[in-house]
Amino acid sequence: MLTAVLLLILLPPMVAQDLCKDSTDGFKVRLSIKTALGDNAYDWNKSEMFLFQSTLAFAMRRHTEQDTYNIANILVCNNTPRVSFVFVVTSPDDPTKLIPKEQVEEAVRKSKHRINSAFMLSDMTLEFVGIPPTLVAPITYDTPPWLIVFGVVIGAVAVGILALLMSTVSKRRRAKDKDAGFAEEDDGRVKENGSALSSLGGKDGVYNQAFSNDDRFTQL
Amino acid sequence: MDLSSIPGSGGYTLNSDTGSGIKHLTQHTHQIITHTLTVRMDTASEASSAQERPKWDNKVQYLLTCIGFAVGLGNVWRFPYLCQIYGGGAFLIPYLIALVFEGLPLLYLELAIGQSLRKGSIGVWHSISPLLGGVGVASMFLSFLVGLFYNMILAWVLWYFFHSFEEPLPWSRCPVNDNNTGYVEECVLSTPVNYYWYRQTLNISPDIEQSGSLQWWLVLCLASAWSIVYICFIRGIETIGKAVYVTATFPYLVLTIFIVRALTLPGATDGLRYLFTPDWTLLMDPQVWLDAATQIFFSLSLAFGGLIAFSSYNPKKNNCERDAVLVGCINSATSLYASIPIFAILGFKATSNFNSCVDGNILDLTNAFDIADKNITSENYQNWLTYLNSSDPDKVSSLNLKHCDLQNFLDQSASGTGLAFIVFTEAVTEMPGSQVWAVLFFVMLFSLGLSSMFGNLEGVLTPLLDLHMVPKWMPKELFTGLICVLSFLVALIFTLGSGNYWLEIFNSYVGSVPLLVIAFFEIIGVVCFYGMKQFSDDIEHMTGRRPNLYWRVCWMGISPLMLLVVLVAYVAVQVQKHPTYPTWDPKYENFPESEVKPYSDWVFAICVLLSSVPVLSIPIVAVYRLIRRQTRAQTGSGYPNPYSNRAFAPDAQTESFKAL
Repeated sequence: MLTAVLLLILLPPMVAQDLCKDSTDGFKVRLSIKTALGDNAYDWNKSEMFLFQSTLAFAMRRHTEQDTYNIANILVCNNTPRVSFVFVVTSPDDPTKLIPKEQVEEAVRKSKHRINSAFMLSDMTLEFVGIPPTLVAPITYDTPPWLIVFGVVIGAVAVGILALLMSTVSKRRRAKDKDAGFAEEDDGRVKENGSALSSLGGKDGVYNQAFSNDDRFTQL
Repeated sequence: MDLSSIPGSGGYTLNSDTGSGIKHLTQHTHQIITHTLTVRMDTASEASSAQERPKWDNKVQYLLTCIGFAVGLGNVWRFPYLCQIYGGGAFLIPYLIALVFEGLPLLYLELAIGQSLRKGSIGVWHSISPLLGGVGVASMFLSFLVGLFYNMILAWVLWYFFHSFEEPLPWSRCPVNDNNTGYVEECVLSTPVNYYWYRQTLNISPDIEQSGSLQWWLVLCLASAWSIVYICFIRGIETIGKAVYVTATFPYLVLTIFIVRALTLPGATDGLRYLFTPDWTLLMDPQVWLDAATQIFFSLSLAFGGLIAFSSYNPKKNNCERDAVLVGCINSATSLYASIPIFAILGFKATSNFNSCVDGNILDLTNAFDIADKNITSENYQNWLTYLNSSDPDKVSSLNLKHCDLQNFLDQSASGTGLAFIVFTEAVTEMPGSQVWAVLFFVMLFSLGLSSMFGNLEGVLTPLLDLHMVPKWMPKELFTGLICVLSFLVALIFTLGSGNYWLEIFNSYVGSVPLLVIAFFEIIGVVCFYGMKQFSDDIEHMTGRRPNLYWRVCWMGISPLMLLVVLVAYVAVQVQKHPTYPTWDPKYENFPESEVKPYSDWVFAICVLLSSVPVLSIPIVAVYRLIRRQTRAQTGSGYPNPYSNRAFAPDAQTESFKAL
C-alpha cells in the first residue's frame, strides 16, 4: 500500500524528468548574469528558477491566449553551474503531452523583451539556443540627420559667398562712382598733385624774370 | 606755348613713373619753365597696369599659409605608416637626412625665386629663361590635377563628418537586411567599418572597368567641398589669409586633445612602443631610403608652384631663408607629433581587438563546457585552456578557437584612406563619447586638407592671373568661380562607382613622377640657367646676406643628384611589374580579402598619359622657343632697338651750323 502511494507521489516528477531529458522539443537556455550585471549580479537559485518558469508560462499564455498555463507546465532539467538548463512545455490539458518546438519558439519570440526585462538581461546575455533574437528594426528618419548637417553647412557657405560677392560688387561700384565723379570735374584741367609747386597756381607756371627776353638790350 | 598736359603728344619724354610726369621742354629761347604736372590717366587702365600685387596682411598669415600647405593629410596618414613598416625610430634617420639635403634646399629655392621675381610659377620660370617656361606650365597643370582628386578626399571627409553626429555611429553596426531576419551578408563577412566605407560611402564597383553611376550623396559632398574652397578663395589671399588662422592652427589643437585622450586609453603604450622601437637592420634596404626621400618631397608640397605663388606676395625684403627652415622643420615636427596619437590609438585598437578575440574564445569554452559565467577571465584563460585540453582535447579542438596574438593585431598597418576611414573610425567607436572624437577627427582632417587645397588652387590661379589670361571684363571672383566649377565637373569621375580606383591611379601616377621631374628641372634651371651668382645676389638683396656654403653645396650638387637618383629609382621600381590594384568584390570567393587585379590596357595607357603629359610641356615649350629664336635670328632683328628715341633725331639746323 505504502509503495503504491509512494509510487503515485513520485511518479509524476520522474515522468516529468524523463519528458524533459529525452525530448526533442526542449530548448537550452543560457544566462550570463555576471557578464550583464557585474557587481550587481544576483545568485541563481530556486526562486530565480521559479521566476523563469512563471515568465515562460506567461509567454505561453500570451501567445496561445489560454489562461490555463501554469508553472507546473514548464519542466526544467540539466541544470549546470554555467547557469544553463533545458526546458520543455507540457500541455495544460494533458501533462504527458509536450507543446511542439515551433509553438514554444513563437511564444518566446513574442515575449522575449518581457522575459529579458524580468531578469534585467539582454538578448546577448539571456540566450535561447536555437531561437535567434529579433533584430531591432533600424530607426527610420523622415529626413536623414546627415542631410540636416549638410544643409546647415551648405547654407552657411552660400550665404557667405553671396555676402562676400555683394560687398565686392558694392565696393567696385563705389570706386567707379568716385572715379566717374572726378572725371567730370577735371576735364581739360590739370590736376595738381598736391606738391609745393602747386601753390604756384595756373597752368602757365611762373614767369621767371632771370630768363626774360632781353632782345631789346642786346640789339647791336 | 601750350603746355596743356595731353599725354602722348610727340616730342616729350615722360618719366615712366605713373602718376607724375615730369615734362622737360627745351626751347631755343632762354625760357625754361618747369612744371610738375600730374598726368591724368584713364582710371581703368590705371587700375589694370598699376594694380598693386596683393600683399599678405602680416608675416604670420604668410607663414601659416605655407605651413598649412606643407602640412597636409600625408603627415597624418602616411608618415606614421612609413615609420611603422620601416622599423620605427630607425626611419627617422633617412627621413631627417632627406629633409636636410633635399627638402630644405628645394624649399628655400622655391620661396626665394618666388619672392625675388614676384610672379606665379609660369612667370617665374619664363623670367629665369624662356626655354624653361614649360616648367611653370607643368606645375600649373599638375596643381590642377592634384587639386581634383585631393578635394574628392575632402568630400569623403565631409561625408563622414556629416554622419558623425548620428547616435549610434553608422559604421559601428551592420545594417539589418530587408526582412529583419539578420544582418546584411556583405557586412557580416567583412566588418561594419569596411562595409560602411566600401558600400555605403563609395558604393564601389567590383573593378575599374565597371563604372557604375554617379553616387548622388558623393556629388553633394563634392559640391560642398568645392563651395567651401571657393568661399575661402573669393578674394584671393585676402580671404585665404584669414581662413588659415583657423585651418592651419586647428589641427594642432585637435592633435593635442587626441594625444591627451589617446595616452589614457588601454593599450596606448603598446602601440607607441611598437611604433618607436627601432629596427636598425631595415636601414640596409634601399627601399627605405627611397621612401624617405619621396615622403619628404611630397610632404613639403614642392614643385606645385603654390609655394612660389605664396612667396611672390611677400615684400621684397623678407628673410626667406628663415621662413624656409621654419616651414620645413615645422612640417617634419608635425609629422612626428601626429604619429603619437595615431599610434596610441592604433595600439588601443589592437588591444581591443585582441581582447575581443580572447573574449570570444572564453565564451566558446564557457558555453561548451558549461563552466560558470566569468570563471574564465583573460588572466586565467591560458590555465583553463591547458586544463581543458588535457581533460577533453577533442572537444576543445572541435571549437576551432581563434589564435589571438597582440603582435598580429599591431602588425595590421594601414595608411591613406584605409587608416582614416577604416582603422581610425573603428577605434573611435570603442572610445567612450565616440561622436565627439569622430567630429573632432574629421574636422581636423578637413582643415588639414583645406589648407593644402589653398596651395593647389593658388598654383593654378596665380600663373593664369599673372599672364593676364583673364579677359579684362571678368572680375577675379568670377574667374575663380569658373575654375572651381570646372574642377568640380571634371572631378565627378571620382563620384562614380569606380571613383576610388581612379583616385588611386591619380594619386600614384600624377602625384609622384611628374613632381620629381619638375623639381629636378627647377633646380637645374636656377643653378644652370639663372646662375648661382645672380641668385646669390638676389638673395643678398632680399635677406641681407649671401647663401652660405651649405645651401650652395646642396643646390649645386647634392640636391640635384639626390633628385635624379630618387627619380630613376622610383621609375625603375614602378616599371618592374605590371601594375595591379586591390578591388572590393563581394562575389570574390575569398571575400573579404581584396582581389588584386591588373590594370587593363586602356587604363594603363591613361596612367602613362597622366604621368607624362604634365611634364611634356617642358620639352615642348623649350623646343618651341628654340625654334622661334632660330627663325628670328635668321630673319633679322625683330625686336625694336629700345634705345632709339626719335626725340633725339639729328637736327637739321645744328648740322647746317656745323657746316659753317
